[in-house]
Amino acid sequence: MSTPSAEKTGARVLTMGEAIREALAEELRRDPTVFVMGEDVAEAGTAFKVLLGLVDEFGPERVIDSPISEPGITGLGVGAAMTGMRPVIDIMFGDFITLTMDQMVNQAAKIHYMSGGKLKVPMVLRTTMGASRRSAAQHSQSLHAWFSHVPGLKVVVPSTPYDAKGLLKTAIRDDNPVAFFEDKMMYQLKGEVPEEEYTIPFGVADIKRPGTDITIVATSSMVQVSLAAAEMLAEIGIEAEVVDPRTTFPLDKEAIIESAKKTSRAIVVDEGYQRYGVTAEIASVIADGAFYYLDAPVKRIGAMDVPIPFSPALEDLTVPTADSVVETAKALCGRN
Amino acid sequence: MAKTAKQTKLKTGKSATPDAEEWLTMYEQMVRIRRFEERVNLLYTSAKMPGLAHLYIGEEAIAVGVCSVLNPEDYITSTHRGHGHCIAKGADVDIMFAELLGKAAGYCKGKGGSMHIADQANGNLGANAIVGGSAGIAVGAAFSAQRLGNGRVAVCFFGEGAMGQGFLAETMNLAQLWKLPVIFVCENNMYNEYTHFSETTAGNPADRARALGIHTEEQDGQDIRVVYETALAAVERARRGEGPAFLMFHTYRYHGHHVGDINREYYRSKEEERDWVENRDPLALFADWLLAKKLTDRGVLDGIEAEVKEEVERGAQFALDAPYPDPSEVSTNVYA
Repeated sequence: MSTPSAEKTGARVLTMGEAIREALAEELRRDPTVFVMGEDVAEAGTAFKVLLGLVDEFGPERVIDSPISEPGITGLGVGAAMTGMRPVIDIMFGDFITLTMDQMVNQAAKIHYMSGGKLKVPMVLRTTMGASRRSAAQHSQSLHAWFSHVPGLKVVVPSTPYDAKGLLKTAIRDDNPVAFFEDKMMYQLKGEVPEEEYTIPFGVADIKRPGTDITIVATSSMVQVSLAAAEMLAEIGIEAEVVDPRTTFPLDKEAIIESAKKTSRAIVVDEGYQRYGVTAEIASVIADGAFYYLDAPVKRIGAMDVPIPFSPALEDLTVPTADSVVETAKALCGRN
Repeated sequence: MAKTAKQTKLKTGKSATPDAEEWLTMYEQMVRIRRFEERVNLLYTSAKMPGLAHLYIGEEAIAVGVCSVLNPEDYITSTHRGHGHCIAKGADVDIMFAELLGKAAGYCKGKGGSMHIADQANGNLGANAIVGGSAGIAVGAAFSAQRLGNGRVAVCFFGEGAMGQGFLAETMNLAQLWKLPVIFVCENNMYNEYTHFSETTAGNPADRARALGIHTEEQDGQDIRVVYETALAAVERARRGEGPAFLMFHTYRYHGHHVGDINREYYRSKEEERDWVENRDPLALFADWLLAKKLTDRGVLDGIEAEVKEEVERGAQFALDAPYPDPSEVSTNVYA
C-alpha cells in the first residue's frame, strides 16, 4: 500500500515505521525530558524494529529497555510525567494495554481532574493494533475504543506516515496522557513525509479522498482499505469521500457531520470490535448531526465480534476488507 | 484563607539528633493529625461530610517521623488513609477540611476529596484509592529525580494490604533495578479492611523486598524516634544514590477501616484495641519521653494541645462556611 500523493510528487518518501522513528528522534533531540521506555526498545529496536538506531544516538539512559512489566513501566511513566519528564512508554502489542488499565484509567486519566488542575500527566503510551498477522487472539486486537471511552485520555490512530509523524510529535508535546495506536501491518506503508518540521493538531479530521456520493469514515489501516474500496467504487460511478478523524478523542465531529450532510450516505469502518465500538460512536455522531440529510441508515463495519482466530482461513473473515466496504456502499447507494 | 501560624517547617538537612524544638514540632504535627481526624469523625457522624473517611488515628508517628526527614520538595504518595501523610508533609488543615467537604477552597477545588487529596506545593502527589496504585507514581517521581539530578527522594506510603498487589512487586523491581531514590513505607496496621493480614499474606511482607536485595527494615511504628531514625538512614542512602529502601512499621488503626466500621468484634477483639490504645499510643509514648528527658514540660504540651485544637476548630468552621464549587467546574480540568 502507498498513499496516492507520494507517487506523484517525487518528494521524500518514508515508511510509517521510519516516520515514527524520525518523530521520536526529533523530539528526543529537542527536549531532554523526553525518554522512551519499553521491552526491547533499545538494541532490539522493538519487536517490529521501528526504533532501530535510536539507542545509538540517545543512549540507554533515554532509550530504556525495561522488564516485561507493562503495569510497572506505565506506572513509572505516570509518576515521571507528573514530576517533569515526558515519557514515551512502549507497549509492544495493543492486547497488553489490558495490563496497563489501572495506571491509564484510574491514575493517568484522572490525576489532572482529581487534583483540581494542579498536577498533569504529559505521557505517551505507544502501542499497536491490527489483525491479519496470524498472531491469534492475544496479539491481534485493536482496543483503541477502550481508551477512547475514558475522559482524561486522548487517542491517536494514524493512517499514513505523514500523519503518524506529525501526530506523534504533537502527542509528545501534549500535556495530557495520550494513547498512540500504530497498526503493525502498516509499518512498511510508504508515504510522503517532508524534511521540514511539522506537527498535526489533534481533533482535526483529514479528507483522504474527496467524493460526492457516499462518506466513508475510517481509522488507521481502515483508511487504506477504504481508499482501495473508493477506487473500486469509482469504477462503477460511485464517488466516495474518505474521512479520516486521525484521533478518536478529540473527535472532529464537525468534519464528519459536514461530509455526511454533503453525501447523504455514510459508512464507518474501524478495526476494533464492532459492538460498543468506535464505529458505534461515530455512527451516532452522524445520526445525531446529519439525520435530516441522510438518505439511508448509517452502516458500521468493524472487526467481527469473535476472539481473533489463528487459522488464516478464519482470521481473514474477521477483518473489514475493501470488498466488504464496496458491497456495503453499493447497497447504501441502491446499486445491488 | 486563614493560614495556620503554628506550622513551622523543620529545617532542611535533617539532624540525626533533633533538638528539643524539632522534637516538639513533630509532637505538634502528631497532635494536629489526631485532632484533625477526631474532627473529621465528628463531621462525618454528624452528616456534614459526604463520602468516606478512613481515619489515621493510631498511626501518627509514621507519617510525622518519615515526613520530618524530608524536604518540602521531596515527594510523597499516599493512600485512602491519607490525611496524616498530607498534614505531615505540610498541608494546612483549613484547606484540607475544605477539600474533605467538597468545597471550592479545597486543595483540589473539591474535585478529589478525602481519598484523592493532593498538595503539589508540598510535594504530595496525592492520596490514592487504588490499594498500591500510587507505587508507580512514587517510582516515577524517583526516576525523574534521578534523571533530572535534583537530589529529591520519593516516599510511597501504603498499608500491608497492598502486599497482595502484583503492581507493588513490579515497581519494587524497577526501583531496585535502577537504584531509584524511593522509600517504600509499609504501614502494617495488621488489617486489610476487615481481615487480619495473616489470612491474606504468605510469609513476612518485608521478605518480599529482601528477596529483591532492597535495603529493608522492620521497626516499631509507634515510637517516633525509631521511625525518624530509620527513615533518615533510608533517605540519606537514597540521596547518595544507593537505591530504594523498604521500611515496614508495625502500627495499629484505632478506628475501623472507615468511620462507618463500628462493630469490629468479628475481626478483632476489644482487648486488642484497648491494649494498643493504652500501652502503645504514639502520642503518649512521645510525650512521656519528652517529659522524662526534660526536653519540655507539661505546660508546653498543654499549650500545643490548646493551640492545635483551636486551629482545627477554626479550620473546620472555615470549611463548613466555604462555598461549594461553581457548577461550571464540573467540566474544567478534564484536560490540561
